[in-house]
Amino acid sequence: MNGLTPGFADPVPDAQACFRALLDAMARPGRVQRLAALPEAPAPLAPAAAAVLLTLADAETPVWTDAGPAAEEWLRFHAGCPLVAEPGSAGFLLAAGGLPTLTALEAGTEEEPHRSATLIVQVAGLEPGEGWRLTGPGIEREHRLQVEGLPRGFLADWASNGARFPRGIDLMLCAGNRLVALPRTTRIEEAG
Amino acid sequence: MTALGYNFGYLDENTKRMIRRALLKAVAVPGHQVPFGAREMPLPYGWGTGGIAVTASVIGAGDRLKVIDQGADDTTNAVSIRRFFAKVAGVETTERTGEATIIQTRHRIPETGLREGQILVYQVPMPEPLFRLEPRVAETRRMHALADYGLMHVKLYEDIARHGHVAISYNYPVLVGGRYLMSPSPIPAFDNPKMDRMPALQLFGAGREKRIYAVPPYTSVKSLDFEDHPFRPVRADAPCALCGSRESYLDEVVVDDKGGRMFVCSDTDYCNTRQAAREAAE
Repeated sequence: MNGLTPGFADPVPDAQACFRALLDAMARPGRVQRLAALPEAPAPLAPAAAAVLLTLADAETPVWTDAGPAAEEWLRFHAGCPLVAEPGSAGFLLAAGGLPTLTALEAGTEEEPHRSATLIVQVAGLEPGEGWRLTGPGIEREHRLQVEGLPRGFLADWASNGARFPRGIDLMLCAGNRLVALPRTTRIEEAG
Repeated sequence: MTALGYNFGYLDENTKRMIRRALLKAVAVPGHQVPFGAREMPLPYGWGTGGIAVTASVIGAGDRLKVIDQGADDTTNAVSIRRFFAKVAGVETTERTGEATIIQTRHRIPETGLREGQILVYQVPMPEPLFRLEPRVAETRRMHALADYGLMHVKLYEDIARHGHVAISYNYPVLVGGRYLMSPSPIPAFDNPKMDRMPALQLFGAGREKRIYAVPPYTSVKSLDFEDHPFRPVRADAPCALCGSRESYLDEVVVDDKGGRMFVCSDTDYCNTRQAAREAAE
Protein backbone atom coordinates (compact mmCIF):
# COMPACT_ATOMS: atom_id res chain seq x y z
CA MET A 1 0.00 0.00 0.00
CA ASN A 2 3.02 2.25 -0.26
CA GLY A 3 2.33 5.48 -2.06
CA LEU A 4 -1.48 5.30 -1.87
CA THR A 5 -2.62 8.90 -2.40
CA PRO A 6 -5.60 10.44 -0.56
CA GLY A 7 -9.19 10.62 -1.84
CA PHE A 8 -11.50 13.58 -1.18
CA ALA A 9 -10.12 15.86 1.57
CA ASP A 10 -13.59 16.27 3.09
CA PRO A 11 -15.67 13.40 1.64
CA VAL A 12 -19.24 14.56 2.43
CA PRO A 13 -19.15 18.13 1.04
CA ASP A 14 -16.67 17.24 -1.72
CA ALA A 15 -18.87 14.40 -3.00
CA GLN A 16 -21.90 16.71 -2.85
CA ALA A 17 -20.14 19.45 -4.81
CA CYS A 18 -18.97 16.93 -7.40
CA PHE A 19 -22.45 15.44 -7.69
CA ARG A 20 -24.02 18.87 -8.24
CA ALA A 21 -21.53 19.54 -11.02
CA LEU A 22 -22.40 16.12 -12.50
CA LEU A 23 -26.14 16.74 -12.23
CA ASP A 24 -25.70 20.10 -13.92
CA ALA A 25 -23.48 18.53 -16.58
CA MET A 26 -26.05 15.81 -17.28
CA ALA A 27 -28.93 18.32 -17.31
CA ARG A 28 -27.07 20.71 -19.66
CA PRO A 29 -25.13 18.44 -22.04
CA GLY A 30 -22.01 19.98 -23.51
CA ARG A 31 -21.55 22.66 -20.83
CA VAL A 32 -18.06 22.37 -19.39
CA GLN A 33 -18.03 21.99 -15.61
CA ARG A 34 -14.90 22.67 -13.58
CA LEU A 35 -14.65 20.55 -10.45
CA ALA A 36 -13.23 22.44 -7.48
CA ALA A 37 -12.68 19.73 -4.86
CA LEU A 38 -10.49 17.04 -6.39
CA PRO A 39 -8.84 13.93 -4.98
CA GLU A 40 -5.13 13.22 -5.46
CA ALA A 41 -5.52 10.43 -7.96
CA PRO A 42 -2.54 8.38 -9.22
CA ALA A 43 -1.55 8.70 -12.89
CA PRO A 44 -3.02 8.13 -15.42
CA LEU A 45 -6.32 8.95 -13.68
CA ALA A 46 -7.58 12.45 -14.51
CA PRO A 47 -8.63 14.24 -11.31
CA ALA A 48 -12.17 14.84 -12.62
CA ALA A 49 -12.63 11.18 -13.63
CA ALA A 50 -11.38 10.02 -10.23
CA ALA A 51 -13.77 12.45 -8.49
CA VAL A 52 -16.72 11.09 -10.50
CA LEU A 53 -16.00 7.53 -9.38
CA LEU A 54 -15.50 8.55 -5.75
CA THR A 55 -18.86 10.32 -5.92
CA LEU A 56 -20.88 7.57 -7.61
CA ALA A 57 -19.15 4.19 -7.25
CA ASP A 58 -19.34 1.92 -4.21
CA ALA A 59 -19.68 -1.77 -3.33
CA GLU A 60 -22.90 -2.00 -5.38
CA THR A 61 -21.39 -0.83 -8.67
CA PRO A 62 -18.99 -3.02 -10.68
CA VAL A 63 -16.33 -0.82 -12.27
CA TRP A 64 -14.16 -1.56 -15.29
CA THR A 65 -11.01 0.41 -16.02
CA ASP A 66 -7.93 0.22 -18.24
CA ALA A 67 -5.97 2.70 -16.13
CA GLY A 68 -3.59 0.14 -14.63
CA PRO A 69 -2.82 -1.41 -11.23
CA ALA A 70 -2.10 1.82 -9.31
CA ALA A 71 -5.48 3.26 -10.30
CA GLU A 72 -7.22 -0.02 -9.55
CA GLU A 73 -5.74 -0.19 -6.06
CA TRP A 74 -6.67 3.44 -5.43
CA LEU A 75 -10.29 2.84 -6.54
CA ARG A 76 -10.58 -0.37 -4.55
CA PHE A 77 -9.40 1.42 -1.42
CA HIS A 78 -11.23 4.75 -1.69
CA ALA A 79 -14.45 3.80 -3.50
CA GLY A 80 -14.63 0.18 -2.30
CA CYS A 81 -15.97 -0.84 -5.70
CA PRO A 82 -15.54 -4.31 -7.23
CA LEU A 83 -13.43 -4.22 -10.39
CA VAL A 84 -14.46 -6.41 -13.30
CA ALA A 85 -12.52 -7.61 -16.34
CA GLU A 86 -15.46 -7.64 -18.78
CA PRO A 87 -16.57 -4.18 -19.97
CA GLY A 88 -20.05 -5.62 -20.59
CA SER A 89 -20.68 -6.39 -16.92
CA ALA A 90 -19.66 -3.00 -15.52
CA GLY A 91 -21.97 -0.25 -14.26
CA PHE A 92 -19.25 2.37 -14.59
CA LEU A 93 -16.32 2.29 -16.99
CA LEU A 94 -13.28 4.48 -16.89
CA ALA A 95 -11.37 4.55 -20.18
CA ALA A 96 -7.98 6.20 -19.91
CA GLY A 97 -6.37 4.61 -22.96
CA GLY A 98 -8.95 4.22 -25.73
CA LEU A 99 -12.65 3.95 -26.27
CA PRO A 100 -14.28 0.57 -25.58
CA THR A 101 -16.81 -0.57 -28.22
CA LEU A 102 -20.05 1.19 -27.23
CA THR A 103 -22.25 -1.69 -28.39
CA ALA A 104 -20.39 -4.13 -26.11
CA LEU A 105 -21.50 -2.22 -22.98
CA GLU A 106 -24.63 -2.72 -20.90
CA ALA A 107 -27.35 -0.61 -22.50
CA GLY A 108 -30.27 -1.53 -20.23
CA THR A 109 -33.55 -2.92 -21.53
CA GLU A 110 -36.62 -1.28 -23.06
CA GLU A 111 -38.37 -1.69 -19.70
CA GLU A 112 -35.35 -0.77 -17.58
CA PRO A 113 -33.22 1.67 -19.57
CA HIS A 114 -31.75 3.00 -16.31
CA ARG A 115 -29.74 -0.21 -15.90
CA SER A 116 -27.29 0.99 -18.52
CA ALA A 117 -23.59 1.65 -18.08
CA THR A 118 -22.02 5.08 -17.62
CA LEU A 119 -18.79 5.46 -19.60
CA ILE A 120 -16.21 7.92 -18.32
CA VAL A 121 -13.62 8.78 -20.96
CA GLN A 122 -10.45 10.74 -20.37
CA VAL A 123 -9.77 13.03 -23.30
CA ALA A 124 -6.97 15.45 -24.10
CA GLY A 125 -9.05 18.62 -24.13
CA LEU A 126 -12.56 20.07 -23.69
CA GLU A 127 -13.33 23.55 -25.00
CA PRO A 128 -16.78 25.15 -25.11
CA GLY A 129 -17.91 27.61 -27.77
CA GLU A 130 -16.69 25.90 -30.94
CA GLY A 131 -16.60 22.47 -32.59
CA TRP A 132 -19.52 20.03 -32.39
CA ARG A 133 -23.11 21.25 -32.39
CA LEU A 134 -25.10 19.57 -29.64
CA THR A 135 -28.89 19.49 -29.47
CA GLY A 136 -31.45 17.61 -27.39
CA PRO A 137 -33.05 17.75 -23.93
CA GLY A 138 -31.29 20.20 -21.60
CA ILE A 139 -30.13 22.44 -24.45
CA GLU A 140 -32.05 25.62 -25.25
CA ARG A 141 -30.91 25.99 -28.87
CA GLU A 142 -27.50 24.42 -29.32
CA HIS A 143 -24.31 23.97 -27.32
CA ARG A 144 -20.90 23.96 -29.00
CA LEU A 145 -18.13 21.71 -27.76
CA GLN A 146 -14.63 20.95 -28.99
CA VAL A 147 -13.26 17.59 -27.85
CA GLU A 148 -9.67 16.52 -28.47
CA GLY A 149 -8.61 12.91 -28.29
CA LEU A 150 -11.64 10.87 -29.35
CA PRO A 151 -11.23 8.28 -32.12
CA ARG A 152 -12.43 9.06 -35.65
CA GLY A 153 -15.47 6.81 -35.78
CA PHE A 154 -16.90 8.13 -32.51
CA LEU A 155 -19.70 10.26 -33.97
CA ALA A 156 -21.11 7.32 -35.95
CA ASP A 157 -20.98 5.12 -32.82
CA TRP A 158 -22.69 7.84 -30.81
CA ALA A 159 -25.45 8.21 -33.40
CA SER A 160 -26.20 4.49 -33.25
CA ASN A 161 -26.15 4.65 -29.45
CA GLY A 162 -28.83 7.36 -29.61
CA ALA A 163 -30.85 5.42 -32.18
CA ARG A 164 -31.71 2.67 -29.69
CA PHE A 165 -33.29 5.10 -27.20
CA PRO A 166 -34.49 4.56 -24.49
CA ARG A 167 -31.68 2.01 -24.32
CA GLY A 168 -28.12 3.28 -24.55
CA ILE A 169 -25.12 4.30 -22.50
CA ASP A 170 -24.40 7.72 -21.03
CA LEU A 171 -21.03 9.37 -21.47
CA MET A 172 -18.87 11.60 -19.31
CA LEU A 173 -15.78 13.23 -20.80
CA CYS A 174 -13.02 14.33 -18.44
CA ALA A 175 -9.88 16.38 -19.03
CA GLY A 176 -7.92 17.50 -15.97
CA ASN A 177 -10.48 19.15 -13.69
CA ARG A 178 -12.98 19.66 -16.54
CA LEU A 179 -16.02 17.55 -17.14
CA VAL A 180 -18.76 17.29 -19.76
CA ALA A 181 -21.65 14.83 -19.72
CA LEU A 182 -23.43 13.53 -22.80
CA PRO A 183 -26.62 11.62 -21.97
CA ARG A 184 -27.91 9.21 -24.63
CA THR A 185 -30.46 11.82 -25.76
CA THR A 186 -27.84 14.31 -27.01
CA ARG A 187 -27.46 14.56 -30.78
CA ILE A 188 -24.06 15.59 -32.10
CA GLU A 189 -23.33 17.18 -35.46
CA GLU A 190 -19.88 17.82 -36.82
CA ALA A 191 -19.04 21.50 -37.07
CA GLY A 192 -20.10 22.84 -40.44
CA MET B 1 -25.26 24.94 12.59
CA THR B 2 -26.28 21.38 11.79
CA ALA B 3 -27.74 19.04 14.37
CA LEU B 4 -25.17 16.78 16.03
CA GLY B 5 -25.41 13.04 15.55
CA TYR B 6 -26.69 13.20 11.97
CA ASN B 7 -24.81 13.07 8.71
CA PHE B 8 -25.10 16.26 6.63
CA GLY B 9 -28.59 16.20 5.10
CA TYR B 10 -29.82 13.37 7.38
CA LEU B 11 -29.25 10.51 4.89
CA ASP B 12 -26.12 8.38 5.10
CA GLU B 13 -23.60 8.62 2.25
CA ASN B 14 -24.39 5.17 0.81
CA THR B 15 -28.04 6.09 0.43
CA LYS B 16 -27.18 9.45 -1.12
CA ARG B 17 -24.89 7.74 -3.64
CA MET B 18 -27.66 5.31 -4.61
CA ILE B 19 -30.15 8.18 -5.04
CA ARG B 20 -27.58 10.26 -6.94
CA ARG B 21 -27.00 7.42 -9.39
CA ALA B 22 -30.77 7.11 -9.86
CA LEU B 23 -31.08 10.88 -10.40
CA LEU B 24 -28.43 10.94 -13.13
CA LYS B 25 -30.11 8.07 -15.00
CA ALA B 26 -33.48 9.79 -14.54
CA VAL B 27 -32.11 12.94 -16.19
CA ALA B 28 -30.60 10.84 -19.01
CA VAL B 29 -33.99 9.25 -19.82
CA PRO B 30 -36.47 12.13 -19.37
CA GLY B 31 -39.80 11.02 -17.90
CA HIS B 32 -38.75 7.42 -17.22
CA GLN B 33 -39.35 6.20 -13.65
CA VAL B 34 -36.19 4.90 -11.99
CA PRO B 35 -36.63 2.69 -8.89
CA PHE B 36 -34.68 3.61 -5.76
CA GLY B 37 -34.45 2.45 -2.16
CA ALA B 38 -36.59 4.83 -0.10
CA ARG B 39 -35.24 5.03 3.42
CA GLU B 40 -37.25 5.59 6.56
CA MET B 41 -37.66 9.29 7.27
CA PRO B 42 -38.66 11.10 10.43
CA LEU B 43 -42.10 11.67 8.93
CA PRO B 44 -44.59 9.25 7.38
CA TYR B 45 -45.07 8.33 3.72
CA GLY B 46 -47.46 10.79 2.16
CA TRP B 47 -45.77 13.79 3.78
CA GLY B 48 -43.15 14.22 1.11
CA THR B 49 -40.56 11.55 1.92
CA GLY B 50 -39.64 11.10 -1.76
CA GLY B 51 -39.10 14.82 -2.24
CA ILE B 52 -37.11 15.00 0.98
CA ALA B 53 -34.86 12.09 -0.07
CA VAL B 54 -34.16 13.83 -3.38
CA THR B 55 -33.53 17.20 -1.73
CA ALA B 56 -31.25 15.58 0.88
CA SER B 57 -29.15 13.96 -1.86
CA VAL B 58 -28.85 17.17 -3.87
CA ILE B 59 -28.51 19.88 -1.23
CA GLY B 60 -25.20 21.45 -0.20
CA ALA B 61 -24.16 23.96 2.44
CA GLY B 62 -24.34 26.85 -0.04
CA ASP B 63 -27.93 26.21 -1.13
CA ARG B 64 -30.96 28.25 -0.20
CA LEU B 65 -34.11 26.18 0.20
CA LYS B 66 -37.74 27.12 -0.34
CA VAL B 67 -40.53 24.66 0.45
CA ILE B 68 -44.12 25.13 -0.65
CA ASP B 69 -47.25 23.14 0.03
CA GLN B 70 -50.09 23.90 -2.40
CA GLY B 71 -48.26 27.12 -3.20
CA ALA B 72 -48.04 28.28 0.42
CA ASP B 73 -44.83 28.73 2.40
CA ASP B 74 -46.60 28.83 5.76
CA THR B 75 -48.47 25.52 5.98
CA THR B 76 -47.48 22.75 8.40
CA ASN B 77 -45.83 20.51 5.83
CA ALA B 78 -43.78 23.31 4.27
CA VAL B 79 -42.68 24.77 7.60
CA SER B 80 -41.62 21.43 9.06
CA ILE B 81 -39.65 20.36 5.98
CA ARG B 82 -37.90 23.75 5.87
CA ARG B 83 -37.01 23.44 9.57
CA PHE B 84 -35.86 19.86 9.03
CA PHE B 85 -33.28 20.92 6.46
CA ALA B 86 -32.25 23.99 8.44
CA LYS B 87 -31.50 21.55 11.28
CA VAL B 88 -29.84 18.61 9.49
CA ALA B 89 -28.07 20.51 6.70
CA GLY B 90 -27.69 23.95 8.26
CA VAL B 91 -28.82 25.60 5.02
CA GLU B 92 -30.43 28.99 4.66
CA THR B 93 -34.14 28.95 3.89
CA THR B 94 -36.24 31.50 2.08
CA GLU B 95 -39.82 32.15 1.06
CA ARG B 96 -38.86 34.14 -2.05
CA THR B 97 -39.00 32.13 -5.25
CA GLY B 98 -36.30 34.20 -6.93
CA GLU B 99 -33.78 33.74 -4.10
CA ALA B 100 -34.04 29.95 -3.77
CA THR B 101 -31.60 27.53 -5.42
CA ILE B 102 -33.72 24.48 -4.53
CA ILE B 103 -37.51 24.61 -4.31
CA GLN B 104 -39.27 21.58 -2.91
CA THR B 105 -42.93 21.61 -3.81
CA ARG B 106 -46.09 19.77 -3.03
CA HIS B 107 -48.69 20.16 -5.76
CA ARG B 108 -47.84 23.56 -7.26
CA ILE B 109 -45.31 25.29 -9.52
CA PRO B 110 -44.48 28.85 -8.40
CA GLU B 111 -46.08 31.64 -10.47
CA THR B 112 -42.74 33.44 -10.80
CA GLY B 113 -40.83 31.92 -13.71
CA LEU B 114 -37.88 29.74 -12.68
CA ARG B 115 -34.40 30.26 -14.12
CA GLU B 116 -31.30 28.23 -14.88
CA GLY B 117 -29.44 27.20 -11.77
CA GLN B 118 -32.62 26.47 -9.83
CA ILE B 119 -33.86 22.94 -9.09
CA LEU B 120 -37.54 22.18 -8.58
CA VAL B 121 -38.16 19.04 -6.48
CA TYR B 122 -41.68 17.63 -6.61
CA GLN B 123 -43.23 15.44 -3.93
CA VAL B 124 -45.06 12.69 -5.80
CA PRO B 125 -47.70 10.42 -4.22
CA MET B 126 -48.23 8.18 -7.30
CA PRO B 127 -45.62 8.27 -10.07
CA GLU B 128 -47.43 5.92 -12.45
CA PRO B 129 -49.76 7.93 -14.72
CA LEU B 130 -51.52 4.74 -15.89
CA PHE B 131 -52.29 3.23 -12.47
CA ARG B 132 -56.02 3.95 -12.51
CA LEU B 133 -56.30 2.35 -15.95
CA GLU B 134 -53.94 -0.61 -15.47
CA PRO B 135 -53.22 -1.76 -11.91
CA ARG B 136 -50.50 -4.32 -12.84
CA VAL B 137 -47.05 -2.73 -12.53
CA ALA B 138 -45.50 -5.33 -14.86
CA GLU B 139 -48.05 -4.36 -17.50
CA THR B 140 -47.55 -0.59 -17.15
CA ARG B 141 -43.78 -1.08 -17.42
CA ARG B 142 -44.30 -2.88 -20.71
CA MET B 143 -46.62 -0.13 -21.92
CA HIS B 144 -43.92 2.46 -21.17
CA ALA B 145 -41.33 0.28 -22.95
CA LEU B 146 -43.50 0.14 -26.06
CA ALA B 147 -44.72 3.76 -25.72
CA ASP B 148 -48.19 2.22 -25.86
CA TYR B 149 -50.35 4.95 -24.38
CA GLY B 150 -53.58 4.21 -26.22
CA LEU B 151 -55.32 3.43 -22.93
CA MET B 152 -54.82 7.01 -21.73
CA HIS B 153 -56.06 8.45 -25.01
CA VAL B 154 -59.18 6.29 -24.71
CA LYS B 155 -59.74 7.64 -21.19
CA LEU B 156 -59.48 11.23 -22.46
CA TYR B 157 -61.82 10.38 -25.36
CA GLU B 158 -64.38 8.85 -22.99
CA ASP B 159 -64.23 12.00 -20.85
CA ILE B 160 -65.01 14.12 -23.90
CA ALA B 161 -67.80 11.77 -25.01
CA ARG B 162 -69.37 11.85 -21.55
CA HIS B 163 -68.73 15.40 -20.33
CA GLY B 164 -67.85 17.33 -23.48
CA HIS B 165 -64.36 18.06 -22.19
CA VAL B 166 -61.44 16.27 -20.51
CA ALA B 167 -62.52 16.03 -16.86
CA ILE B 168 -59.06 16.10 -15.26
CA SER B 169 -58.32 19.22 -13.20
CA TYR B 170 -55.08 18.09 -11.56
CA ASN B 171 -52.43 15.42 -12.21
CA TYR B 172 -53.12 15.92 -15.92
CA PRO B 173 -50.93 13.41 -17.87
CA VAL B 174 -48.07 14.78 -19.97
CA LEU B 175 -45.78 13.41 -22.66
CA VAL B 176 -42.10 14.19 -21.96
CA GLY B 177 -39.64 14.64 -24.81
CA GLY B 178 -42.19 13.13 -27.18
CA ARG B 179 -41.61 9.70 -25.65
CA TYR B 180 -42.61 8.98 -22.03
CA LEU B 181 -46.04 9.44 -20.49
CA MET B 182 -45.49 11.05 -17.11
CA SER B 183 -47.50 12.07 -14.08
CA PRO B 184 -46.74 15.74 -13.33
CA SER B 185 -47.67 14.96 -9.67
CA PRO B 186 -51.00 16.40 -8.50
CA ILE B 187 -50.30 19.95 -9.67
CA PRO B 188 -53.33 21.72 -11.16
CA ALA B 189 -53.60 21.35 -14.94
CA PHE B 190 -53.20 25.14 -14.90
CA ASP B 191 -49.50 24.61 -14.03
CA ASN B 192 -48.79 22.07 -16.78
CA PRO B 193 -47.69 24.64 -19.42
CA LYS B 194 -45.02 25.93 -17.00
CA MET B 195 -43.23 22.56 -17.20
CA ASP B 196 -42.71 22.83 -20.94
CA ARG B 197 -39.16 23.93 -21.77
CA MET B 198 -38.61 25.23 -18.24
CA PRO B 199 -35.05 26.59 -17.79
CA ALA B 200 -34.79 24.95 -14.34
CA LEU B 201 -34.15 21.24 -13.71
CA GLN B 202 -37.23 19.35 -12.48
CA LEU B 203 -36.79 16.31 -10.22
CA PHE B 204 -39.59 14.09 -8.93
CA GLY B 205 -39.43 11.82 -5.87
CA ALA B 206 -42.07 9.29 -4.83
CA GLY B 207 -41.16 7.82 -1.43
CA ARG B 208 -43.86 5.22 -0.88
CA GLU B 209 -43.75 4.05 -4.50
CA LYS B 210 -39.93 4.27 -4.53
CA ARG B 211 -39.55 5.96 -7.89
CA ILE B 212 -37.49 8.92 -9.10
CA TYR B 213 -37.94 10.69 -12.43
CA ALA B 214 -36.81 13.92 -13.99
CA VAL B 215 -37.34 16.49 -16.72
CA PRO B 216 -34.13 18.20 -17.92
CA PRO B 217 -34.19 21.92 -18.73
CA TYR B 218 -35.63 23.04 -22.09
CA THR B 219 -37.37 19.70 -22.62
CA SER B 220 -40.78 19.50 -24.22
CA VAL B 221 -43.60 18.59 -21.82
CA LYS B 222 -46.89 18.30 -23.66
CA SER B 223 -50.27 17.82 -22.00
CA LEU B 224 -52.15 15.06 -23.82
CA ASP B 225 -55.00 16.32 -25.96
CA PHE B 226 -56.70 15.97 -29.36
CA GLU B 227 -56.52 18.29 -32.35
CA ASP B 228 -60.22 19.12 -32.06
CA HIS B 229 -60.11 19.25 -28.25
CA PRO B 230 -56.88 21.10 -27.41
CA PHE B 231 -55.63 21.20 -23.82
CA ARG B 232 -57.01 24.16 -21.86
CA PRO B 233 -55.64 25.10 -18.45
CA VAL B 234 -58.48 25.88 -16.05
CA ARG B 235 -58.53 28.80 -13.65
CA ALA B 236 -61.30 30.23 -11.43
CA ASP B 237 -62.83 33.19 -13.27
CA ALA B 238 -62.06 35.90 -10.72
CA PRO B 239 -59.26 38.25 -9.65
CA CYS B 240 -57.34 37.52 -6.45
CA ALA B 241 -59.16 39.22 -3.55
CA LEU B 242 -55.85 40.30 -1.99
CA CYS B 243 -53.56 41.30 -4.86
CA GLY B 244 -55.96 41.51 -7.80
CA SER B 245 -54.00 39.14 -10.05
CA ARG B 246 -55.89 37.79 -13.04
CA GLU B 247 -53.07 35.45 -14.09
CA SER B 248 -52.35 33.40 -10.99
CA TYR B 249 -53.92 30.14 -9.84
CA LEU B 250 -56.59 30.79 -7.17
CA ASP B 251 -57.74 28.99 -4.03
CA GLU B 252 -61.38 29.26 -3.10
CA VAL B 253 -61.72 30.14 0.60
CA VAL B 254 -65.03 29.86 2.46
CA VAL B 255 -65.24 32.89 4.77
CA ASP B 256 -68.50 32.38 6.71
CA ASP B 257 -71.34 29.88 7.14
CA LYS B 258 -73.71 31.77 4.81
CA GLY B 259 -72.06 30.72 1.59
CA GLY B 260 -69.59 33.64 1.49
CA ARG B 261 -66.36 32.90 -0.31
CA MET B 262 -63.31 34.62 -1.69
CA PHE B 263 -60.63 33.72 -4.22
CA VAL B 264 -56.98 34.27 -3.28
CA CYS B 265 -53.67 33.35 -4.92
CA SER B 266 -52.46 29.90 -3.99
CA ASP B 267 -48.83 31.10 -4.35
CA THR B 268 -48.30 33.12 -1.15
CA ASP B 269 -44.91 34.55 -2.17
CA TYR B 270 -46.33 35.83 -5.48
CA CYS B 271 -49.36 37.36 -3.73
CA ASN B 272 -47.33 38.98 -0.92
CA THR B 273 -44.83 40.44 -3.41
CA ARG B 274 -47.66 41.95 -5.47
CA GLN B 275 -49.38 43.37 -2.38
CA ALA B 276 -46.12 44.90 -1.16
CA ALA B 277 -45.47 46.43 -4.59
CA ARG B 278 -48.97 47.92 -4.63
CA GLU B 279 -48.56 49.39 -1.14
CA ALA B 280 -45.18 50.83 -2.11
CA ALA B 281 -46.74 52.46 -5.17
CA GLU B 282 -49.53 54.11 -3.13
